[in-house]
Amino acid sequence: MTDTADAALVPHASDEVNDARPVSAEAWRSLRANPLFWISATLILVFVLMAAWPSLFTTLDPRTSVLAEARRGPSSEHWFGQDRQGYDLYTRCIYGARASILVGLTATIGTSVVGVTLGLIAGYMGGWVDAVISRFAEIFFGIPLLLGAIIILQSVSFGNSYFAIVGQVAAVLIVLGWPSIFRLMRSAVIQVKPQEYVQAARALGCSPLRIARSHILPNALGPVIVVSTINLGVFISAEAALSFLGIGLRPPTVSWGVMISDGAGAMQSAPHGLLFPSLFLSLAVLAFIMLGDAIRDAFDPKSK
Amino acid sequence: MTSPHTTPAGAGSVAVDHPLLEVEDLFVEFHTRDGVASAINGVSFTLEERETLAILGESGSGKSVTAQAIMGILDMPPAKIPRGQIRYRGNDLLTMADKSRRAIRGPEISMIFQDALSSLNPVFPVGWQIAEMFRKHRGMNRRDSLDEAVRLMERVQIPAAKERVRSYPHQFSGGMRQRIMIAMAIALNPRVLIADEPTTALDVTVQAQIMALLQEIQDEEGMGLILITHDLGVVADVADRIAVMYAGRIVESSDVLPLYAKPAHPYTKGLIESIPQLEDKGKELFAIKGLPPSLLRMPPACKFHPRCTRAVEVCRTDDPELREVEPGRFSRCHFAEEVLGE
Amino acid sequence: MGKYTLRRLLQMIPVVIGSTFLIYAMVFSLPGDPTAGKCGERPCSPQYVAQFKEKYNLNDPLPVQYVKYMGNVLQGDLGESQYGVPVRDELADRFTTTLKLGVVALAFEAIIGIGAGVLSGLRRGGFIDNLVLVSTLVVISIPIFVIGTVLQLYLGVKWGIFPVTVGSDAPWFDLLLPGMVLGSTSLAYLARLMRSDLSDTMRTDYIRTAHAKGLPQGRVVGVHALRNSLIPVITFLGYDFGALLGGAIITEGIFNIHGIGGYVYRGIGDRDGMVVVGTVTVLVLVYLLANLIVDLVYGLIDPRISHD
Repeated sequence: MTDTADAALVPHASDEVNDARPVSAEAWRSLRANPLFWISATLILVFVLMAAWPSLFTTLDPRTSVLAEARRGPSSEHWFGQDRQGYDLYTRCIYGARASILVGLTATIGTSVVGVTLGLIAGYMGGWVDAVISRFAEIFFGIPLLLGAIIILQSVSFGNSYFAIVGQVAAVLIVLGWPSIFRLMRSAVIQVKPQEYVQAARALGCSPLRIARSHILPNALGPVIVVSTINLGVFISAEAALSFLGIGLRPPTVSWGVMISDGAGAMQSAPHGLLFPSLFLSLAVLAFIMLGDAIRDAFDPKSK
Repeated sequence: MTSPHTTPAGAGSVAVDHPLLEVEDLFVEFHTRDGVASAINGVSFTLEERETLAILGESGSGKSVTAQAIMGILDMPPAKIPRGQIRYRGNDLLTMADKSRRAIRGPEISMIFQDALSSLNPVFPVGWQIAEMFRKHRGMNRRDSLDEAVRLMERVQIPAAKERVRSYPHQFSGGMRQRIMIAMAIALNPRVLIADEPTTALDVTVQAQIMALLQEIQDEEGMGLILITHDLGVVADVADRIAVMYAGRIVESSDVLPLYAKPAHPYTKGLIESIPQLEDKGKELFAIKGLPPSLLRMPPACKFHPRCTRAVEVCRTDDPELREVEPGRFSRCHFAEEVLGE
Repeated sequence: MGKYTLRRLLQMIPVVIGSTFLIYAMVFSLPGDPTAGKCGERPCSPQYVAQFKEKYNLNDPLPVQYVKYMGNVLQGDLGESQYGVPVRDELADRFTTTLKLGVVALAFEAIIGIGAGVLSGLRRGGFIDNLVLVSTLVVISIPIFVIGTVLQLYLGVKWGIFPVTVGSDAPWFDLLLPGMVLGSTSLAYLARLMRSDLSDTMRTDYIRTAHAKGLPQGRVVGVHALRNSLIPVITFLGYDFGALLGGAIITEGIFNIHGIGGYVYRGIGDRDGMVVVGTVTVLVLVYLLANLIVDLVYGLIDPRISHD
């Protein structure tokens, strides 16, 4: 006697779902309508251009110092003023983008690759494989980022070239940062795995690898993309913190962290030396966090 | 709240001129990003003591919104009530001050929801949640109110109520949870009880038990019951009258038995014909074609005409009124008499 | 509950061993002469080097060194710093200071973060909501050392509202500004967490039930919604406390606080392995313990979780 009227009603579902467009198209539509997305995307584009072709933005050399003009405030010639070595701050802010973006991008790609791969294996295989990988992740998760980074950076050195120093900082962030992506991926896989379409693929005899690649991965990847985007900003910030402590990037490498560290020492006599690199750094961090937020909102039906 | 209507003895002796609950020309719309969705378009009905009114419709027909409007628990915004009155014993709830409205919500008019698991707060013991009614509306202390909670749990036939009063919602079965919802709803002896799909989430056998319990309580307390459902089968045994809703309006209302015997609206007819019958075994199951209309893009004139088998030109141009086609029978169809005569 | 606690403790053992070994190996496998710079300008005498290596078991293979070291740690002996001061004594002293700093930071972040989150979560899209959203984003994106140095300059040096640095016995008032700086980033995350969780909770069926019961708005929010929304918030605060202690290094540096951060930082500069390993080991243990406690408390504040 139940569900009698349902025979007529249910197959047609409710009138709330009029648009049968796929989720990604719907998300893209909502993303495009979000001004925060455009602001953050534009900012990121500008910073990436800055990192790749700094000469597009300035004609000066970041390593030309005019000691006689040290600590001068902003002028028409030196938009952001000069620091205590007489370097042009604007030029150095532009050139500093490369180190930050490189560290952020490398660390993000690294943590994502390691975290997603291990998360997929642990979540899909379960059992002792899961237990071993999970404990392994917890070992790294248990070491506070800053402390771990300090110890590693003090004991390991890749060399003194630009890319070696940048790579070293990125490597440290990868080593200490992958467990958060791993946890996310693992729990997403565990959630997706028992769902019917995955079970159906299994019943149809698909190989585990194929199931993981074509069914589980695409469905579990959403939260990872969001967190990775936000993490990119966090990594840029972490690089600056390490440089501030004198163990991340160091002169002559030009980076925002190095500049901030330098500017903080002369904050009272030349506040612009702290202001402008902080501004660039914060804008970059902000851009990635806002982009992550915007993507999350677009994929999260609750926020509509 | 010291209303004269809080005891069954007092009920009915006051305000004889006014029906218990009257809904008149009610409109509810939702302001969304995509435009204004009109969920309810001029719904009117009355409910008396001891009466059971079933409101029947599919999802999106506005039956739950009607219930929430009566309860005053619509989220406003996005919801808005541009027109209409909801009168409880002659007093319009919609123009009432917030505080007086709260004193009616719970003690006078209360509601049971479809999904008891999500409708009960997961982090408080069930006894605490029932007792809260007595503490907040009656000013009882903790211990007395818990005693009342145990009494109510026994009343809705929860075994070992004394021990289970401290359990949490997730520790009960679906049927037991719905009994707790009922206990909470009848705690202060309300005169109007709204049950919004009270059995939809339950197993068939449990459904029957819950409906029997609701009827038993109604017989004893004599409250008016509004039963909201999409399930024609549930309605037949319990209800006195039925209002069928479609696209935010009542399309047919009648006493139960005549409606089943001879529907006066093509939509109702379709619903009844789509109930599987034993003697029809082997035949194809009937289904109403098409989808209910989007609340944002209502068809002109008769809202049902795009899905109606007998729709003709007049259905696309003239909106039919809800009119009395036989004594006590109302239908919103140009061809009500013909449908009735089939 | 007892079973669950035991299981969690057992699970913690490999993690503790793994992370402490990692730290130990990293510090003591540092390339270079461990006695360099310990005897003034001259290189150390062979006798001293031999004595040093003997004392710290540096002649043993790394795992043996580690086992011997952990054996001492379990007996409460964290070794001596190169100045001859027992690491345990100095650590105990400094740990109190860092703990106080952490408590100030946590209190600040909890009070302001929860308050701001509730105000904005109740009125999504309103003025306060946008204010909270924008200001938390700004706080998250400005690095903590910039916030610290700028606040120190203005609130401390220029306007004299707070002391510029913290006295040696770390009075509570001196720790106010550093605590605010240390807690600022977490505060922003907490406010956002509170906001989104509360506004999700306000849309649940049981909040609708609470309204249907005729309860006043204050009780619906303050009792029915908050009791649910506080579950993730308390979890966040618990995990964050361990992280705050480990992350205090920058704040302690800026405000010249004699806490653990400064100790470990100086130890690294001096290449004082005992100090570094001892401190970081203790911090990791505290961090893991804090996480364990949070997991156990979680079962108490959320009746849906059963630890049996």
